[in-house]
Amino acid sequence: MDWHTLTAALFPHGCDVREEHQVLTGEGRAGAGMVAVVGTTGHVPIGVETALAQARFILQTVREHPGRPILILVDTQGQRLRHRDEMLGINSYMAHLGKCVELARRSSHRIVALVYDQALSGGFITSGLMADACYALPDATIRVMGLPAMARITKVPEERLAELALDNPVFAPGPENYLRMGGIEAIWRGDLAAALETALQLDSESDTRSALGLARGGRGLAQRVIAAIVAGDDVLAP
Amino acid sequence: MNSYLEATARERLARVFDPGSFQEFLPPSARVVSPHLGQLNAPVAFDDGVAVGRARLDGRPVFVAAQEGGFMGGAVGEVHGAKLVGMLRRAIADAPDAVVLLLESGGVRLHEANAGLIAVSEVMRAVLDVRAAGIPVIALIGGANGCFGGMGIVARCTNAIVISEEGRLAMSGPEVIETASGVEEFDARDRALVWRTTGGKHRYLLGDCQVLVADSVAAFRAAALAQVAGATAVALTLSALEREQAQLTARLERFGHVREPMELWRALGVAAPEALPLLEADAFVAQVDALRLGGH
Repeated sequence: MDWHTLTAALFPHGCDVREEHQVLTGEGRAGAGMVAVVGTTGHVPIGVETALAQARFILQTVREHPGRPILILVDTQGQRLRHRDEMLGINSYMAHLGKCVELARRSSHRIVALVYDQALSGGFITSGLMADACYALPDATIRVMGLPAMARITKVPEERLAELALDNPVFAPGPENYLRMGGIEAIWRGDLAAALETALQLDSESDTRSALGLARGGRGLAQRVIAAIVAGDDVLAP
Repeated sequence: MNSYLEATARERLARVFDPGSFQEFLPPSARVVSPHLGQLNAPVAFDDGVAVGRARLDGRPVFVAAQEGGFMGGAVGEVHGAKLVGMLRRAIADAPDAVVLLLESGGVRLHEANAGLIAVSEVMRAVLDVRAAGIPVIALIGGANGCFGGMGIVARCTNAIVISEEGRLAMSGPEVIETASGVEEFDARDRALVWRTTGGKHRYLLGDCQVLVADSVAAFRAAALAQVAGATAVALTLSALEREQAQLTARLERFGHVREPMELWRALGVAAPEALPLLEADAFVAQVDALRLGGH
């Protein structure tokens, strides 16, 4: 979905969002007040500049608008795959962005994310997956890596991976799989403004994704492993 | 044998921490293995490539984890990630003096794709939760597989990184970049270029790590101890992140146009950058300490 259409649907009472070098920043009017909006568009790869621009906006929001909710709009093909970004330490830039989101959460900003087109790997870990709750549109795609590179690293033939990506929950890119594994809180259909209002009311500062993944049947072991270790047990609960 | 690089994860735990002090949570005898590897006919490990638990460091209580590069490059799958998260959450309850992470990982275990991605995200959040509880998190990086992908991000969410000359810290591996963007972008077989771009010395010059040590278990132990004893300002703050924002912005403005790490070293004021790769750790640190960027 085009971001102009998206933000108009999310904020029927008005919004002022600008695009610069495929980075979105601005604000929208929700029922309870203003919401800060930050994200990316055009499937832009997240390079050092893209990460830094989003981090700058989040820090500015924490400083100038204490407690204002933050909506992260996710559309990225992943981290930028360039030698130059690696040389500059892109992992530090991405970690910085993630830490800025964490600081906002700790400073009483509600953080909601929406995958409205593509989400992939490193570009997603430090944005949508850092939110209190991450949502997705029904036709969003979420994946870890392009299949050719994945085939090279895993030594699993690309044809086999393509086959798995059709319907295997661990490999298929649809948001339903992430929903079942707890990575996505809910899929938004219909009235997006109403869905956003509801999300802004929820209060879930702690990370409950592994518990969600167990309850929804998408990740059977993560929560049981965590619970066993926290309880000091050497046997998993059934 | 004193090489950190050549030691296994369990050998590192036994020798970085006080002898006999490591007590493992959910040990291999619990037989908790990956639920996803079987469908790709990939082998499983009874510890899923990571050991977590508690130990002592010069008598101080610490919580620890060590990733085993020998199993799938230390990559993070559902169980591997959950073991890290479980240890980190238990640390918040038990309040040890620090958490020390012996990182060696290619990042998300691609064989567990979606489940691995969420798992790394949970590890990242859990590390920051530990810091928010006032417990410092220290990362040690010196294994043959380096610290890449999501774990390269996790490493930079800790309070301090100790890295060896042989250690590597980055985001995408050279093979991934070469496959996606071509050999002219990054030749993964050019080992010297890979090292100049991702290696411990380059990271130290950029300020992406706090301590550079020689490849020795004793050196890692001493550096970890110093970091645990000297940890201050553990939790994230607005002022610290604004400082980091300014540093990363300045780095980009100053070096964003540079194509080759050696040029960057020269621009930092290193007189003979071509000689840096040959220097021993101590001599290297002595030569560049006044020139390197600030760290966080």
